[in-house]
Amino acid sequence: MAARRQIPGTTLFDGAQARKGYALNKMCFSFNDAANRAAFQADEPGYCAKYGLNAEQRAAIQARNVLQLIAAGGNVYYLAKFAGIFGLDVQDLGAQQTGMSKDEFKAKLLAAGRA
Amino acid sequence: MATLIGGITTSHVPAIGRAIARNLQGDAYFKPFFDGFPPIHDWLATTRPDVAVVIYNDHGLNFFLDKMPTFAVGAAPEYRNADEGWGIPVVPPFQGEQALSWHLIESLIGEDFDLTTCQEMLVDHAFTLPMALLWPGSAPWPVKVVPVCINTVQFPLPSAARVYKLGQAIGRAIRSWDADQRVVVVGTGGLSHQLDGERAGFINKAFDLKFMDSLISDPTWATKYSVTDLVELTGTQGVELLMWLATRGALGENVRQVHRNYHIPISNTAAGTLALECR
Repeated sequence: MAARRQIPGTTLFDGAQARKGYALNKMCFSFNDAANRAAFQADEPGYCAKYGLNAEQRAAIQARNVLQLIAAGGNVYYLAKFAGIFGLDVQDLGAQQTGMSKDEFKAKLLAAGRA
Repeated sequence: MATLIGGITTSHVPAIGRAIARNLQGDAYFKPFFDGFPPIHDWLATTRPDVAVVIYNDHGLNFFLDKMPTFAVGAAPEYRNADEGWGIPVVPPFQGEQALSWHLIESLIGEDFDLTTCQEMLVDHAFTLPMALLWPGSAPWPVKVVPVCINTVQFPLPSAARVYKLGQAIGRAIRSWDADQRVVVVGTGGLSHQLDGERAGFINKAFDLKFMDSLISDPTWATKYSVTDLVELTGTQGVELLMWLATRGALGENVRQVHRNYHIPISNTAAGTLALECR
């Protein structure tokens, strides 16, 4: 079988990622419920332990680092619910992942419209 | 028999929901997007659909990775929205058109589409925001609904060619529904955008514009691309254009453009809207 084509700066959420990230994504899926968001904030290590996160996933959660969370198997749709706990939107996530300020990231998007 | 009047495709960015909740439709940032809708409201007022078949992708409200259907069709009496975790207001429930749901299910499975059927189903922003854009301020909603959900969370995704064929089968099912009802198809998502990875913020205006043109003049044009090609060309979430292709597939050979709009950006997204009438 030919090697999977790589798209720079992009991780396709395939079976390998879905297996690796199951516990992490399941925890983030639970954040649809306000009571679960509050429980996470009250006892973050305990909440991560309850969902069986591995060391890499726990570290990425602790660091609030989106690229690390994706590397640990996170899917952005579930991660957005984690980010929501802190009032962060997808432009905050975009800025963090691209190493820009939010204003720089917004400017990049505006520029795409003028292209 | 039922009449398929046309299709409307639009972006479903959560920021649209925040703008509606805060009444920011006229705000300089949002106005170029919301301005795309009054001509479509006029068309809906004239064509008066009774039912909307809404083709969308769930983002982790109803479906999780424990069970991830490629194609799911709602067959519920009512569909509720719920908290998605990042705080846009929940909208009033939608009344299901169960007779069309089961007709669609029988017809699609009869054409070898292996569906998941859902008698309980929460609908997320990808369903609710386009409804709020098309029928603003409406509660109760003036149309009954049938949700059709296509997986864009977990790869492999269905191919562009496959979803186009699904759309064609949906169109045949609607036209063969034995009911004096007028039906519109709504497809939600896109256009180009990427939320995740170092490539976050990717937008491809040239591709989006060509894609929108193709839906009128050469509707199968984008079906030549693989899903990986589409991610490369439009971003990991730009692949939501699959909903647009399914919608276009339903409409049959000839369509008339009612209206179109395209604006960059709403949040991280190239926001597109297109309304097409069946001819």
